[in-house]
Amino acid sequence: MKRYPKRPTNAVDELDFQVPPGEVFGLLGPNGAGKTTTIGILTTRVVPTSGVARVRGVDVAQNPVLARSMLSVVPQRPNLDFALSARQILLFHAAYHGVQTAERNRRADALLEQFGLSDRGGEKVLQFSGGMTQRLLIARALMHAPDVIFLDEPSTGLDPQARLFVWDKIRELKAAGITVVLTTHDMDEAATLADRVGIMDNGKLLALDTPGALTRSLPGSSTLELTIRYAEDDTAEAVASALANIPGVERVDQVAMAAEGRPDGLIPEGGGDDSRALRVRLYFTGDAAGLVGPATQVVTARKADLAALTIGEPSLEDVFIHLTGRDLR
Amino acid sequence: MTTVETSSTLGDVLGRRSDKPSVRRAFFAILGRDIVVTGKEIGAFLAQVLLQPLFILFVFGKVLADLGFTTNNYALVLLPGVISLTSFLTALQSTSFPLAIDFSWTKEIEDRLLAPLPTDFVAVEKIVYATLRALVAAVIMFPLAYLMLGSLSLSWSDLPMLAVFLVLGSLVGSAVGLTLGTFVEPQRMQLVFALVLTPLLFTGSVQFPWPALEHLRWFQVISALNPMTYLSEGLRGQMLPDTPHIPTWICLVALGGFLTVFTVTGAVGFRRRALD
Repeated sequence: MKRYPKRPTNAVDELDFQVPPGEVFGLLGPNGAGKTTTIGILTTRVVPTSGVARVRGVDVAQNPVLARSMLSVVPQRPNLDFALSARQILLFHAAYHGVQTAERNRRADALLEQFGLSDRGGEKVLQFSGGMTQRLLIARALMHAPDVIFLDEPSTGLDPQARLFVWDKIRELKAAGITVVLTTHDMDEAATLADRVGIMDNGKLLALDTPGALTRSLPGSSTLELTIRYAEDDTAEAVASALANIPGVERVDQVAMAAEGRPDGLIPEGGGDDSRALRVRLYFTGDAAGLVGPATQVVTARKADLAALTIGEPSLEDVFIHLTGRDLR
Repeated sequence: MTTVETSSTLGDVLGRRSDKPSVRRAFFAILGRDIVVTGKEIGAFLAQVLLQPLFILFVFGKVLADLGFTTNNYALVLLPGVISLTSFLTALQSTSFPLAIDFSWTKEIEDRLLAPLPTDFVAVEKIVYATLRALVAAVIMFPLAYLMLGSLSLSWSDLPMLAVFLVLGSLVGSAVGLTLGTFVEPQRMQLVFALVLTPLLFTGSVQFPWPALEHLRWFQVISALNPMTYLSEGLRGQMLPDTPHIPTWICLVALGGFLTVFTVTGAVGFRRRALD
């Protein structure tokens, strides 16, 4: 638990989780949820008010020196040494960690190449772009071959190319057997990279599981959206209630069709009369594919035209919003 | 976007960590970093720390004497004070400014705070580094003063005690700087420096022997509160034993006391900024 002086609530509270070696663990949460504080505690820079944090079995508060030798941090805010060149930044980081001269030269050159910075190694970093800075920060974090690397919002503010590059590198870290703990509020990032995701808010852990399990657990979150034009002797209500009777469907909503939102397939001949156009959304839990058949059968049986059919899988974002609410932070 | 040829994987590059953390190695690597950075800008460093004392020595010790406003002897009284000023203020500025900027703006010290050594040792390194800078500046002042004044009141037997005072005084200056750099908000740094440096400069017994102030009692009391007074007087006692000065042992005890107090406050300030 971490409580800051003069704050009414705890920044991190009753947080309890374990990350097995070699896993990519994503810590997800809105701004101010306590992600950075959690990383700070695990990386010895924030002293917990109470509780125990261990990295590879080492209590970080009791033995910060040993813990620091095993972990690495890529901070949210760049903290590169402006007085040094890119290569020197790597070399000195390794020297702080006791890496021998020959080995640190080899690693620095190899990492500069890996991170596409070979031709910039001699330059100071003040003029580096956001992407280059982030690449160098990750390279620096690897110079002492850590067992665990903490990345605090590694792709925030990067262009798509740089973000994909960082993602590739995170996958390579996993392949190299390095444990990765990353914080993010990018749902794609968490869903793509993380083996398991912890969602936290107000300092507390709200959910923890694989991205797939988290989305599957969200009740009634899979959707099937049908856009149809029902028969002349039919009514919207009757169609909707027929669809609602399909086993597994939890709820059916009629979706408003604004004029500009009218689907192309439903433009009535001669214009004007679109009163029979209908869009409905079926909510259910589980796999959408199994529901497509029964839904189409109902539509065909009622002699309605099916114009469009959209399957909506729940995303991690739905889980996130479900757990943390829509309020602005 | 740079195209990256990945001939090997990150796993190949890194291998396994084989190096045991060594506090001693981490400490000297951090010290090495500071020395390398100073080495790169040695000219700027020397100009920054030597210009002011050289001008003080030149105007007060040489120009005023040549114009007949002071005697030639005044330069002899002034020199120990100017060397005291050089080492004390160099040390103070070598900890305070960089730390204030590091902690609030560039954050570049964070990589060293995550090195495998106790956090306090990073503060100790700053003090050691600032002391080294101060000693370099002070040592360079001797030949420059000789060239300017044509003579030095100095014998080989003075050197050990001079060295003791210079080291002790520089340590105190570094510790005062550590305290300032970690307690003062960076946006107030300029104001604080204006309010601290000028009084420090003129109440540190640089331009006068402290016992000579006995007819200006209030100023003598204020000067006694300035740690630099004991460095100036200690050096003066070695270089000009016949000039009235504060006894050497009092200077040593006072500097030791100031060192203890400001090391503690500096360490508290450093931890406050380094750990959350």
